[in-house]
Amino acid sequence: MSLPARIVTLLVAFLAVAAGVAFLVVHYLLASPSTVAFGNGVTPNTGATVNVVMQEDPQNTVTSHPDWVSYFIQDPKTHQWQHTTLFSVPAGSRINMTIYGYDGCTPLRNQVFAQVTGTIGGVAYVDGKPTKVIDSWAGCNVGHTFSIPGLNLNVPMATPSLTANLCGTSPCTSGPHRTMTFSFMTPRSAGTFFWQCRVPCGGGFIDGFGGPMQTFGFMTGNMEVVS
Amino acid sequence: MAASPTEAAQAGEPKGPNHGLRIFIIWLPLAIAADLLIWIVLGPHLPPGSMTDTAHSQQWDILVLGVLAAPVVAFVLVFAGYALIVWRHREGDDEDGPPIHGHTGIQATWITVTAVIVLFLAAFGTYELAWPGFAGAGAGEGPSAIWTPKGGTPLQIQVIGQQWRFTYRYPQFGGFETTSLMLPVNQPVQFNVTSLDVIHSFWAYQLGVKSDANPGVNNIAFTTAKQTGKFIVRCNELCGLWHGAMVNYGQVVSMATFRAWAAHTEVQLAPITALLPAYATVYDPTVIPQINKAMAKSGIAGANGYYYPPNDPVQP
Repeated sequence: MSLPARIVTLLVAFLAVAAGVAFLVVHYLLASPSTVAFGNGVTPNTGATVNVVMQEDPQNTVTSHPDWVSYFIQDPKTHQWQHTTLFSVPAGSRINMTIYGYDGCTPLRNQVFAQVTGTIGGVAYVDGKPTKVIDSWAGCNVGHTFSIPGLNLNVPMATPSLTANLCGTSPCTSGPHRTMTFSFMTPRSAGTFFWQCRVPCGGGFIDGFGGPMQTFGFMTGNMEVVS
Repeated sequence: MAASPTEAAQAGEPKGPNHGLRIFIIWLPLAIAADLLIWIVLGPHLPPGSMTDTAHSQQWDILVLGVLAAPVVAFVLVFAGYALIVWRHREGDDEDGPPIHGHTGIQATWITVTAVIVLFLAAFGTYELAWPGFAGAGAGEGPSAIWTPKGGTPLQIQVIGQQWRFTYRYPQFGGFETTSLMLPVNQPVQFNVTSLDVIHSFWAYQLGVKSDANPGVNNIAFTTAKQTGKFIVRCNELCGLWHGAMVNYGQVVSMATFRAWAAHTEVQLAPITALLPAYATVYDPTVIPQINKAMAKSGIAGANGYYYPPNDPVQP
């Protein structure tokens, strides 16, 4: 092989390897769901009200894991549902959360998380009815929780009736569901607060806490508090 | 290179400098200074502090190891520096050095000193681990504790690990469970550490307590806080995505403050305590008889109250 041919072959091989590495880095290591920003234009630390709307579904829109349970977040500008669990809110603001519960029930492993904590008034509303505790062992009536440990926030998510035909296409726009509403205050300084579901709803994984329970975009994510 | 000692002696040349003595003279004051600094200045500030006897014991262990290690580090640095300065290659000196045929004195000294250090560390470590006064160096003692503290019945606190938070149950106060860890000062405490899912590790850093939280196991550890104040609790066993965030703070308070807090919390949490299973040293989170009917009806899990079908291949 001539010298120019060797050089060209070497360059092509090098570029192929470099392209492969770049593809892996971009598509796997740096891949992350998008972050939905709430409260744009709101001045932090003024106690302003910011509305956040989410839903939890029995399935999702990702072809690789279509049967994983998942949260969705509604973009406040477009009102389109985003398959992500990352969102940002202003510091020192009142967050009015609305979460539509389309998924069915799985009991809590630890009933201590059946209680509502960290919300304003220590209360959440199930279809408008104030609730402080949802007993997931007396009946199969809790699907997930929305919990931010850093704020000691915990709200169990009520579920539709056991006999209901659950929504089969995500993001759900119709079908039986419960509407959970609650409010909490964000801290006055910026920071990242992870949130999670405490119901072991990752069926098929060890202790129900693998798969969607440990993957951004499904049952856990970050709340970015910006100031 | 200079002639070998034998050749030099034969040639009647004067003997070279005593490098060993030089190194020793340089090293000795440095080692003493380093040890004094560690002992007097650094010692009181070494982790994990002295909030408990166990923590103080660990602080003492680290101090002893530091005092032993500093002269070794100083010797290595002095020897390396001396070699670079005195034994460096010089222009025109390309000959090999004299052959080394062994030195009985150096060999005997080396063996003796290292043997003494190793045997001392073995005896010291064994004593520190076994001395009952330090309760097994703060580690979990398993379900049947070998050592129990004196001074009355210890306060029982159950530590429950779960992905990704510790909760604490107080069986002597109605069995309430909370995310806050509160201890009274000067009161022996028995931690009953367990897990509801994977393996965690309860590490109360300033208390000097570290105890694995295994599902289905009650791992007992004791402590007696001697000072009031905050301490940090971390999970010390990789337990999943948010292991690094499995952190909270505990607090040591006066007995009066603790009693008031416990009484208030017992009343405050009574509604949720009523929903908890009866207090036990361990729980089986895969079997929840209370939900049997609802689970079977829902068809989302195995029968007989199991969370998942017993034949699920990925279940432990």
